[in-house]
Amino acid sequence: MLLSFARGPGMQVAALIMVVGMFWRLAGILLLRRRAAHAAARNPFGARLLGGAVTVFTRTIPRRTFWPRVAPGVALSYVFHVGLFIILFGGAPHILIIHEIFGVSWPDLPKGVIVVASGLTLAALIALLVRRLTHPVLQLLSTADDFLSWLIVFLPVATGILLSGETVGGYGTLLALHILSVEALMIWLPFGKLMHVALVFAGRGVLGYNFARKGAAT
Amino acid sequence: MRDETVGDMLGRRGFSRRGLLKFAIAMTSSLALPPSLAPVMAANLAAARRQSVIWLSFQECTGCLETLLRTDSPTIAGLIFDFISLDYQESLMAAAGSAAELTLRQAVAANAGKYLLAIDGSIPVADGGVYSLTGGRTNVSMLQEFAPGAAAILAIGTCAAYGGIPKAFPNPTGAVGVEDVILDKPIVNIPGCPPIPEVLSGVLVYFVSFGRLPDLDDQKRPLAYFGTTIHDQCYRKPFYDQGKFAKSFDDEGARQGWCLFELGCKGPTTHNACASLKWNDGTSFPIESGHGCLGCSEPDFWDQEGGFYTSLAGGTGPGWRNAGIAAATGVALGAAAAIAARRKVP
Repeated sequence: MLLSFARGPGMQVAALIMVVGMFWRLAGILLLRRRAAHAAARNPFGARLLGGAVTVFTRTIPRRTFWPRVAPGVALSYVFHVGLFIILFGGAPHILIIHEIFGVSWPDLPKGVIVVASGLTLAALIALLVRRLTHPVLQLLSTADDFLSWLIVFLPVATGILLSGETVGGYGTLLALHILSVEALMIWLPFGKLMHVALVFAGRGVLGYNFARKGAAT
Repeated sequence: MRDETVGDMLGRRGFSRRGLLKFAIAMTSSLALPPSLAPVMAANLAAARRQSVIWLSFQECTGCLETLLRTDSPTIAGLIFDFISLDYQESLMAAAGSAAELTLRQAVAANAGKYLLAIDGSIPVADGGVYSLTGGRTNVSMLQEFAPGAAAILAIGTCAAYGGIPKAFPNPTGAVGVEDVILDKPIVNIPGCPPIPEVLSGVLVYFVSFGRLPDLDDQKRPLAYFGTTIHDQCYRKPFYDQGKFAKSFDDEGARQGWCLFELGCKGPTTHNACASLKWNDGTSFPIESGHGCLGCSEPDFWDQEGGFYTSLAGGTGPGWRNAGIAAATGVALGAAAAIAARRKVP
């Protein structure tokens, strides 16, 4: 029954909430009033666009000055982001879902690779939580959103590992829990910091464009 | 004849004690019991009276009965009819009409409180249960009349256990399983469409041998046969573990016998003994024949999300039209929020 709910009504409701939320957030941001730029642009339109595009990539690595302070957090974040990417786009069941929805597919990665990626992702997530709980600055900055978002990402990875191993509980129960945890992520995605999935590159692009307009280094 | 023991009856037919012991060994193995219980089972069987079974067929296709009768393993499933006294079964008995009715009442009266009530088929309860009648009586009224006198009820097949195909959406007859109607009797569900004959044999032999029902799972199925999934025992599971999946029913993966998960196999969520007991005298089972498991021994298998050929990884999404409406709703909400924000900020 739980699996049936997860694969049916649960999936439908979660998907609809995610779509409504994503478009709500995106439209809300795109239609906000922006201050008119009265100063003359330092660079032509093409250069500004290029500045935006370049910034999308240059901001993927912190400036060397900050490395000693941010390296551990950045490294761990990269581990779990790359891990999530590998799991999501390399795992056979996930490719199967993408194929069922969009009609496109590609060869899957060996299960062993997915298992290693899942293990590293889970370890990195736990390490990041420990860091957030113990780092004095992060303690001050952290909000309920951070912890909820962490949990919402952690659960699909954890239940996915359990499902893959089929060691604890029945396959049907584990699959239901895994799908439900993904549905929780889908529901929360537009409303918290996880929305950076859709905003991070756009935000960098806009920032780079504006900096290029002003002639500032990006 | 009714008072003779099973041992007497088998002896009269030239069946040796050694033969009975071999049968008991096979049964203990089938029921996942310790081998040491085989002699006990053989002794108990030999001393037991033939168990009265009253079999009522309700809203069904007779596939369950056909399967149980046509089994090619007379030493097990066929022989079970020697251990029991099948006192009433409409499709098999010679009597018909009022004679059959009389037989039923006599059997119930003679074995009150002792008989096993076997049910195949679902019970329609909509509109007073008029959608399935026997001798002008509704299935639900017959079940309610004969269940109180039974020692236990065997719900044979997915229809009797959970409502089965008659219960499939939109369920026009209001079909339900036995446990939805009878709440105060021990019930053993033996689901499957059809059920495996050896499972019924095992349950009957266990009851005759030990005087009680075998251990059941949370859906009242015998644990010995339904304790694991098809997937757990499937000979193709190594391919699942290696990530080797057939992508279509005629591709190279299918020819190599790879896992059928991506073609919709429900083995991972289906509890039954098909992969170990197999069908047709142990010849094969559906996955061995190249088709995924349909999950026929699970409740509501006919209405499962996505149908038979959608993998368990998938499901039923909201559809592109609903997603489009959701996107438009989101844009409208976002625009309204932006307009409200514009009014606030000069």
